[in-house]
Amino acid sequence: MSQEAASQRKRPGVWLWLPLALFAGFFVLVMVGLLRPADREVASAFIGKPLPPFDLRAAVPERPGLKTAEFADGKPRLLNVFASWCIPCAAEAPQLAALAQQGVEIDGIAIRDRQEDVQRFLATNGNPFARIGADDVSAVQLAIGSSGVPETFVIDGKGVIRHQHIGDIRVEDIPKLLEKLREAGGR
Amino acid sequence: MRRLLVLMLLVLASPLAAQDLLPPAPYAYRQLDDPAQEAKAQALMETLRCLKCQSQSIADSDAPMAGDMRNQVRQRIAAGEKPEAIRAWLIERYGDYVTYTPRVRALTAPLFAAPLVFVLVAALLLRRRFRKTRSAKA
Repeated sequence: MSQEAASQRKRPGVWLWLPLALFAGFFVLVMVGLLRPADREVASAFIGKPLPPFDLRAAVPERPGLKTAEFADGKPRLLNVFASWCIPCAAEAPQLAALAQQGVEIDGIAIRDRQEDVQRFLATNGNPFARIGADDVSAVQLAIGSSGVPETFVIDGKGVIRHQHIGDIRVEDIPKLLEKLREAGGR
Repeated sequence: MRRLLVLMLLVLASPLAAQDLLPPAPYAYRQLDDPAQEAKAQALMETLRCLKCQSQSIADSDAPMAGDMRNQVRQRIAAGEKPEAIRAWLIERYGDYVTYTPRVRALTAPLFAAPLVFVLVAALLLRRRFRKTRSAKA
């Protein structure tokens, strides 16, 4: 064998590293997917749009039901989508109570719920709601782009959806909600 | 020991019902009477994503919310609404994520363009190759 050919075989070039580089890239991709899984929440695409027309019957006799027209009274408020059968909804109850105590008006929509169950839920967790509408077939929930319970929407004084909070409200979420309410109030 | 006992008692605790007790919506599990309308509804439901169980279509899922979505789809079809209008209504609320039918958007455009690019590249490569063989023969 000539010397020239032997030296060529000794230097196979960068191509030798390609499989290893591909594997390293694949490994990084898998680890990123494992350690930081993608967000599986479905955010509403309905932010900035007015509430669709609805008129829900009262979920409990203690509070009136909920109509779209009532949101256009000039006062921003929270619209909380909840259910008595939803455990995170009970977990966020103290935060809702704190918000109500600060003068925030909160309306509720009870999803697929029976009157006695809502009453029991409110008796256990407190009732921060001014009005509670009953949405038995998730019609309003679908109409506002909510994909689960609990979710909380900031509605401005004209009845336009300004912000969506997905999941239970934790203590650290309260300042952001108050800020969004302030923005919705135009102050 | 006491902690263990408490933990063991937890096994016996009745789990809180994390599911609603309402009966399913009227058209969640009931087909429309008109077979043509039901076929339209079924075709649409198979291409809409269940928001609760995100790898299933609403036709496949037994989640209460999927049932409510089927109810809404069937009632709207029965009322004469076009399937694509219902899809558009849902996309307006949930984004493209809610539909399984691919849409051409800035983000997805490369996927649609890729096959064309590949065919073009292949055609160029083949042309060069045929030219070479012809010139080699000559």
